[in-house]
Amino acid sequence: MREISYAEAIKEAMSEEMRKDNRIILMGEDVAVYGGAFGVSRGMFEEFGDERVRDTPISELGFTGCAVGAAMTGLIPIVEIMFSDFITLALEQLVNQGAKNRFQFGGQGSVPMVLRAPGGSGTGAAEQHSQSMESWVCNVPGLKVVIPSTPYDAKGLLKSAIYDPNPVVFLEQKLLYRVKGPVPEPGDDYTVPLGKADVKREGRDITIITYGRMVPRCLKVAEKLAAKGTDVEVVDVRSLVPMDKKTLIASAKKTGKVLIVHEACQTGGFGGEIAAVIADSEAFFYLDAPIRRLGGLDVPIPYNPKLEAQVVPTEEKITAAIESLL
Amino acid sequence: MKLSKGLFGDLYLKMVQTRNFEETAARLFVEGKVHGTAHFCIGEEATGVGVCSALEKEDMITQTHRGHNQAIGRGMDLKRMMAEFLGKETGYCKGKGGCMHIADFSVGSLGANGVVGGGIPVATGAALSQKYFKKSNITVCFFGDGATNEGAFHESLNLASVWKLPVLFVCTNNYYGMSTHISKSMNITDIASRAASYGMKGITVDGNDILAIYEETLKAREYILKNGPLFMVLNTYRWMGHSKSDSQVYRTKEEVNEWKLKCPIKRFREYLIKEKIFTEAEIGAFDKKAQDDVAAAVDFANASPEPKIENIFDDVYADGDMRTQKPKNGFVL
Repeated sequence: MREISYAEAIKEAMSEEMRKDNRIILMGEDVAVYGGAFGVSRGMFEEFGDERVRDTPISELGFTGCAVGAAMTGLIPIVEIMFSDFITLALEQLVNQGAKNRFQFGGQGSVPMVLRAPGGSGTGAAEQHSQSMESWVCNVPGLKVVIPSTPYDAKGLLKSAIYDPNPVVFLEQKLLYRVKGPVPEPGDDYTVPLGKADVKREGRDITIITYGRMVPRCLKVAEKLAAKGTDVEVVDVRSLVPMDKKTLIASAKKTGKVLIVHEACQTGGFGGEIAAVIADSEAFFYLDAPIRRLGGLDVPIPYNPKLEAQVVPTEEKITAAIESLL
Repeated sequence: MKLSKGLFGDLYLKMVQTRNFEETAARLFVEGKVHGTAHFCIGEEATGVGVCSALEKEDMITQTHRGHNQAIGRGMDLKRMMAEFLGKETGYCKGKGGCMHIADFSVGSLGANGVVGGGIPVATGAALSQKYFKKSNITVCFFGDGATNEGAFHESLNLASVWKLPVLFVCTNNYYGMSTHISKSMNITDIASRAASYGMKGITVDGNDILAIYEETLKAREYILKNGPLFMVLNTYRWMGHSKSDSQVYRTKEEVNEWKLKCPIKRFREYLIKEKIFTEAEIGAFDKKAQDDVAAAVDFANASPEPKIENIFDDVYADGDMRTQKPKNGFVL
């Protein structure tokens, strides 16, 4: 299978579907001529023109709300927020207008839109360009929330998100944009459904439940531990809302030990939700150790590169957490 | 100009229906049948009715939480509106939205909003769809004076003007954001002048003169389809408090009474009789019809079932796949 980057996979998903369905448009800051702050939409403006690939003024609330209205009335907008931190600026429209729309109007309409935003630390962009926003949006009924960890998943999940009749928050990982991985040829019209977790590595001794940028990191740790005789299972949640509880519970049952890893701050982080789901399932009776969470420290992301690297789960911290449970 | 006897009757009837509907809803509130809160537009009937009556079938509107005049002006069904007020299953929102979220997609109403300025960005999106699908239609976006201090207002006027979207921004200026007079919340109280920042035309119309509103909206519609967005301010007054819990300590009785003398319904009624368009008896018949329609709406609402908790998860998410869902009436349903 050919290998393409995570960013190219996202662009392929958008471009392939935009060729098929003229309801789909892309809008956001600098997505057109510039090709997106991270180059994800490079070349799309040349192919689709300024009606379908639209540069917006720097006004997240305004253009996200515009996407909500457009989605209510026949378009399928993909909105790019340059850094996921700026979702804060658009929350009113996303949460109070987009997410609640169908319910509050008694099912009269729907809001088929995707809000793409890159999150996560590791680029030296400091406090306001580095946080992980998933907990903010997972607590809103009406929104779906997706975080892909590989090019294959990114392309397949984005296609499902585009055609989902609900607002989907698609949180990309900026440190994964340049990472390459196997993706079928463009003619192969595969999708990855929302609400399906993926066992990225099978193992017997302990389950790591993780998502996003921490998936490759946990896989690395798992390979190193395999050499020492510990068999780690790595489960990629991929879709946080809806969440594939079955797969997570089955893995916990199988290994009897669970470590949850994510980059976002631990307090109020999504790991707490995963831990509660497992604790409140039949897997509880198979557990041989407490369910442990390893999230980011409860601090904003600092600038200094050594500090920045240390406030999120590192390979060392993940390894130590696993060993503490064995 | 399409001024006909039929139109005059329609404008008058819809204003009286609005007045009646709200007076009845206020009474039901006192009786404990309407819960939560309610925001009445008594005194402002001409704004929503005048604007909406000038629209074409496939135009769209976004409404405010003080927008029963907009809803009735757009031709929404009194029965389903009242049922929603009472939180019944037969209401527009299945009893889940209440009076702040009345909506009827089938007549192009994208819904009322509980957030000040919340519907403004949504309206630009509806207009984007209209432009993208090359429809000769506009979206009317209603909001109040208070909303013009929200970021949503400024971001949306800017976006609409840059993209030349077919939006009519309508500010119902009733001089107070809840208790705060516009002179305390903006230094330039000529609200229409705010449009200039966006290279947009801003006009001010007497918000209690329904014919002026109707005619200006017709003109605005033509202008917008050629040139892009326009901002229209309608100066009017709400007779009642902001909501049910408002003791109105921020204004004088004299001020309220002064505006009551400018009642848009009374004014239009006098005009219709003076111009010999309708007789007293014909006007009386409209008044009676409005009363009967609202009474029938109350009966319908009272007789309707309560929503069931078993259905609470309905409509949190839409089902299906957009590949196979085709738009209906221009909407995705």
